[in-house]
Amino acid sequence: MLKIGPYSFHSRLLLGTGKFPDFDTQKKAVEASETDILTFAVRRMNIFEPDQPNFLEKIDVKKYTLLPNTAGAKTAEEAVRIAKLAKASGLCDMIKVEVIGCDKTLLPDPVETLRASEMLLAEGFIVLPYTSDDVLLAKRLEELGCHAIMPGASPIGTGLGIVNPLNIHYIIEQAKVPVIVDAGIGVPSDAAKAMELGADGVLLNTAVSGAQDAVKMAQAMKHAVWAGRGGFEAGRIPKKLHANASSPLEGMSVL
Amino acid sequence: MKMTVNGRDVDLPENVTTVQDLLDHFQLNKELAIVELNQSILDKSTRDGAKLTNGDRVEIVQFVGGG
Repeated sequence: MLKIGPYSFHSRLLLGTGKFPDFDTQKKAVEASETDILTFAVRRMNIFEPDQPNFLEKIDVKKYTLLPNTAGAKTAEEAVRIAKLAKASGLCDMIKVEVIGCDKTLLPDPVETLRASEMLLAEGFIVLPYTSDDVLLAKRLEELGCHAIMPGASPIGTGLGIVNPLNIHYIIEQAKVPVIVDAGIGVPSDAAKAMELGADGVLLNTAVSGAQDAVKMAQAMKHAVWAGRGGFEAGRIPKKLHANASSPLEGMSVL
Repeated sequence: MKMTVNGRDVDLPENVTTVQDLLDHFQLNKELAIVELNQSILDKSTRDGAKLTNGDRVEIVQFVGGG
């Protein structure tokens, strides 16, 4: 079970809802992923085109925990405003703090992320900050009281996988709250690797929504997270420099 | 009545006096809509009855796909 604040989840895969080719594919992908947590962004309604469909109308909202993000915010104050708007939906009290500091890399602004997290914790939110793989920043966020830490594997949407597994390892090792590897996952082995490192969950979006077969990739990611977690819990063998035969050396008939 | 809705200046008919009227006027989905009136976020339970006045700045947002 993945425990975040007062909530418990069966699935350790968190799925983003952006950039799917169509709602039908998205719905099937969400079902195939067997996720419990779906992320969303908060944006203006189009007042002159009211009939545009919304994915929330397509799914049974009660089956999922919604995790809105503060994407679009560049300052802590903007993030707090978006978080409060999200909470006013009455659908959730968790927030993914996302304060982007650079348009090119989409890397999070560490100072604003820290400030926003502090302000939102004071407001009673369940706070999950998206952060870089900086080990000390992760520690500072945890010390503030954040309910989970979400370090990026690599920049958003790149699909480069875990570019600094050592830092992710350090972050997981020191953390007493869940660590969810968020952003940059490209293929199932990336998700499995994150889980093998001991992550409590993986949050991904483009890896599924941008795959040629999003539904199949959603299913593959589900299996990858499950397999990676199993491997972590089972405990891997130590790495050795030289071979060590797994078949017995005695009793060979030909020698 | 003139006001700014989602950054657009709009001129609304006289019968639009509350947030509920405004949402109806633009045929917006009330379940999905989250409303901010003059930088104050409205609680969903009391939102619909909130009165509008000339020059108000209204933001109407919703959840959309995102990662």
